[in-house]
Amino acid sequence: MMLVLLITVLMVGAVAAVVAGEWSRHVPRWIALVACVIGLMCVIAIWANTSPAGGSVPSGQWLLDYRKSWIPSFGISFHLAVDGLSLLLLALTFFLGVLAVLCSWDEIRERTGFYYFNLLWILAGVAGVFMAMDLFLFYFFWEVMLIPMYFLIGIWGSENRVYAAYKFFIFTQASGLLMFLAILGLYFIHGQDTGIYTFNYFELTGTVIPFKSAFWLMSGFMIAFAVKLPVFPFHTWLPDAHGEAPTAGSLILAGLLLKTGAYGMLRFVVPMFPEAVREAAVPAMVLGVVGIIYGAVMAYSQTDLKRLVAFTSVSHMGFVITGIFALNELALQGVVMQLVTHALSTGALFLMAGMIKERLHTRDIGEMGGLWGPMPQMGSIGLVFAMASLGLPGLGNFIAEFLILLGVFQAHPWITVAAASGLIFSAVYSLRIVGKIFLGPRKTMETVPDFSFREMLIMAALTVSIVWLGLFPQPVIDTARPAITELVRFMDVQSAALQHQPYVKQ
Amino acid sequence: MKPSVSIEVVVLLAGLLFALGIVGVIIRKNIIFMLLSVEIMLNASGLAFVAAGSRWGQPDGQVMFVFILAMAAAEVSIGLALILQIYHQHKSLDIDNLKEMNG
Amino acid sequence: MDKFLWLIPALPLGGFLILAFAGKYISRKAVAIVGAGSICLSALVMFAVGGAFLSGMPENAVYTQTLWTWFEVGDFNAKITLSLDALSLVFVFAITFIGALIHIYSTAFMEADRDYARFFASMNLFVFSMLVLVLADNLLLMYLGWEGVGLCSYLLIGFWYEQPANGAAARKAFTVTRIGDAAMAIGLFMVFQQAGTLVVSEIGANASAIWQPNSTSVTITALLLLAGGLGKSAQLPLQTWLPDAMAGPSPVSALIHAATMVTAGVYLVARMHTIFALSETARLVVAVIGAATLLLAGLTALTQYDIKRVLAYSTISQIGYMFLALGVGAWTAAVFHFMIHAFFKALLFLAAGAIIESLHHEHNMFKMGGLKDKMPVVFWTFLAGAISLAAVPLVSAGFYSKDQILWYSWSAGGGNAVLWAVALAGALITAAYTTRMMILTFWGESHTPIGHLPGRRMTMPLVVLALFSVFAGFIELPHNFGHFTLFSDLLHPVLPETFMKENIPSEWLFQLLAALATLGGIFLGYYYYYQKPSRIENLRRNGLVVQLHRFWFSGWAFDALYDRMLVKPFIYISSINKKDITDKLYTGIAAITGDMYKLLSRTQSGSLRWYIMGLVAGAILILGIQIML
Repeated sequence: MMLVLLITVLMVGAVAAVVAGEWSRHVPRWIALVACVIGLMCVIAIWANTSPAGGSVPSGQWLLDYRKSWIPSFGISFHLAVDGLSLLLLALTFFLGVLAVLCSWDEIRERTGFYYFNLLWILAGVAGVFMAMDLFLFYFFWEVMLIPMYFLIGIWGSENRVYAAYKFFIFTQASGLLMFLAILGLYFIHGQDTGIYTFNYFELTGTVIPFKSAFWLMSGFMIAFAVKLPVFPFHTWLPDAHGEAPTAGSLILAGLLLKTGAYGMLRFVVPMFPEAVREAAVPAMVLGVVGIIYGAVMAYSQTDLKRLVAFTSVSHMGFVITGIFALNELALQGVVMQLVTHALSTGALFLMAGMIKERLHTRDIGEMGGLWGPMPQMGSIGLVFAMASLGLPGLGNFIAEFLILLGVFQAHPWITVAAASGLIFSAVYSLRIVGKIFLGPRKTMETVPDFSFREMLIMAALTVSIVWLGLFPQPVIDTARPAITELVRFMDVQSAALQHQPYVKQ
Repeated sequence: MKPSVSIEVVVLLAGLLFALGIVGVIIRKNIIFMLLSVEIMLNASGLAFVAAGSRWGQPDGQVMFVFILAMAAAEVSIGLALILQIYHQHKSLDIDNLKEMNG
Repeated sequence: MDKFLWLIPALPLGGFLILAFAGKYISRKAVAIVGAGSICLSALVMFAVGGAFLSGMPENAVYTQTLWTWFEVGDFNAKITLSLDALSLVFVFAITFIGALIHIYSTAFMEADRDYARFFASMNLFVFSMLVLVLADNLLLMYLGWEGVGLCSYLLIGFWYEQPANGAAARKAFTVTRIGDAAMAIGLFMVFQQAGTLVVSEIGANASAIWQPNSTSVTITALLLLAGGLGKSAQLPLQTWLPDAMAGPSPVSALIHAATMVTAGVYLVARMHTIFALSETARLVVAVIGAATLLLAGLTALTQYDIKRVLAYSTISQIGYMFLALGVGAWTAAVFHFMIHAFFKALLFLAAGAIIESLHHEHNMFKMGGLKDKMPVVFWTFLAGAISLAAVPLVSAGFYSKDQILWYSWSAGGGNAVLWAVALAGALITAAYTTRMMILTFWGESHTPIGHLPGRRMTMPLVVLALFSVFAGFIELPHNFGHFTLFSDLLHPVLPETFMKENIPSEWLFQLLAALATLGGIFLGYYYYYQKPSRIENLRRNGLVVQLHRFWFSGWAFDALYDRMLVKPFIYISSINKKDITDKLYTGIAAITGDMYKLLSRTQSGSLRWYIMGLVAGAILILGIQIML
């Protein structure tokens, strides 16, 4: 019931915000804030109750489960469940939700009601994606995220917003349809095999699929997730969407929407198509490495701060896909850490880009420079997150990248060697960010105020989190452990089974 | 009772009429003549229905013909009304003069 | 006493936190007290803990203290564990003791600076990171310190951030060392894959069980770790960043770019000596790189005008000696030279800083001159540092440490005649450029009027360091006279004895030659720059010499080479692709769709008769297909 509450609080808040927006410009933001805070507290309550320190420790991987029949004639049910992985990402969702509301506080002045409606609706979709255990429901939430984001970019974005919104919509929609086809394919194959037509995740994961169809179905899922993540040749919507979206939009895109892609791979692709995944591992990892290097090189050449940060995301997400396909515990734990820490570090960089834009009215780093003088606080925080993004030990991102690379090294040393070059490139672009914005001579002589209290609050929350994750990452690792070990065990069982029945591949 | 005219001949006639109608619709520029040609096509298909109905000894053919008649009547009345309006507005019934799209 | 081990790094960290959060609100005096006080306290704790450690050597010669488990995944786990053994004690001593002196000096040196608090915050963070680096009991924690010192080095080189050149130097320093760090990270992965742990003592205990001696895997592991050390310690081929790093304030150069951080590579190799001991190739590489670097940097130092750049190249050269010693297997000699070098080079940088400040930020030695009588304290202390750097026989600490290395580069297991000859030539060059620097700075005519003289807070650290630069050498005397081995005895629980060759000539011969080389170098410098300066003018007319001078002056053209080979291509590739070529694929699809739509929209002509034609043609086509099939 708690899980349903998480979604309904957002949806109710969204409707309340749009209604309240008819009367007042300021009430919607309060409604949105309250909705997100309630959600965050619920997640923390779930976490506290189910962690080893709390009372009830569940025996298996799953912490909470809620199931209600929805469209029984097609085997569709309203089925939500969370394990450690989902829980972490849910906590992230609501945490960034609060920050997104706070950072839009003064930035958004038009149609606030509808704005917060969209914001909360996206969050509801994301939260649903992280909990849905019915493939139809999953697809439903997948689409729920999409349309409000389209509005968010298209209405409140900057100059080139319509183009960016279309591009975002078409990329995600087209790839989402491929996933839907794959879901239907899986549905029918399972139905024909067993006579039970169902979208239930737990039943579909056991489906025995001929290798060839498994490969095509996996491709359907993979393309949807790869576009979302984004993986190298599918990344081109990201800089446009990030560049044009309002600050909160960029924050949610980088922090949450990209994570749904990685979540999808972990939750659906790997357990459902273990054999195909094994076959596709090396090409996928190579794509990841290409993404790491390509994103970093692209980031170096950008002059638009938000596009620059967007390309760093491409680079960091390259680590994620490389780690997922290494298929061992170290790398997968690294992936989970990377999801969380990248959301915080890149989110912070986007927030900072937004704050600088409010002050200087530009995103062009050529027009910045020497901002350390007037804004030492922003300078130091900016430095912290630039360092996070280049993977400085002591900050969360280091743990993530270290674990991924260490895990990948066990599987494919040469891929690690190539991926480690990303460490150098990330230093190059991160230092360029710091150098261009904060160091050097002043370009403009306008007075720019340092952080306001609200901005300080947002950045302090992010800074504390990233340092905490860098020094005490164990709680995150422990929370994700049951899900990850289960996944690894499952893959091992699969490959062991395969050695006894080599004909399955035909 | 054996039909005095063989079914092939009737269907051939219907086909000829239908082709005549199409050709009429395509080559005529005047809307009234196009409408006339459409009527010819309708009747051609009606004839085919009747012939087929009598060939198989089924009433359906005639039923369909009644349908076609009714539809043709409705269509002609609306069509003529439209033509009247077009003529009022454009002072012309030449179909080529009436096109307003430019593709 | 091992309960208090954590205080040594924690005090500087506390200082950093106070200054970072409250630095804006407290007075400059309070900033100085917190900034320098934290390091002084840390040094005191170090003396207490170190004293306890030395007086009652613990069971396995090591103090360890586990603070918490950093993270634990599967069979990997990393703990935040500090461990103090003799090797780290030497480094901790140098870091906190010299660090405290430099901090005291800085309270006066940076007095006029706007960002007083930021300076001390960064310095404290540096000392903390450096202490973590040397106290870490596992390689991952060491890597944390390793990257942390890199960050602080970046912050402090670019301390005066408004000049773009400083920012560029800082970026260069970070990026170049990062190349080494990336290789080192891969080295860590290899170590973990083969040894299943990153804890140094466990690796050391099992190294010979894990790796076959001289196997490829141990050589590759050693070389990858070495790459990290080469970057941090500015050795070939990653040495280019250090001269530019002189853009930072002089105390920074003294602490980070002379005494401590740049010797991290030496520490790493000494710490992982069990791995290096297993691979002859890797040790040879270390020795050859050290020898090549010491010669190359020494020759470059001969040609520089900027006093800090002379010292920077001299630092590179002296660390080259340490690598040479490590490579030939003279582990304790390398660490001994590290300690002595830390004293005299910190001293030289601090003294140079005092001179530069008094001369209104004049770096060029040719515009100094005649300071002998005007700044007596600085002169005498600088002289003490210089004789130590030049290794003047018997009276300087530098002689005892460098003489050992020269001797071992021939006689130790890994040594040979070529390495020895290079090291001897290096000794001559060192003496020559030191003399040149002394003469240009302190003798001759004065070219720049002096501002104010350095105060007590600046001269006191100079005097203390000068005493150490002269007398610290006596704790380790050569075998043939005195045979006093306090320092190497201290280190032997950690580092193995140096393995000697058979049938080596008498040590006296080597000492004589080394002394002659030093004196010859001093004479050369004296002759060309004091007695017969006209000879230099004559040399300048020779085209070949001018070419060579230009080549050496540029640091053997490494900057230009890297610029052309790596930096320019990278920027070029990245800039031509600014618009992202892969996006062309999708805009291409969009463009094709647009063209198709334009094509098809022509059929939407509005001509009814064309539509009907189309309809009929389509019907016929479909019928035709149906009949055909």
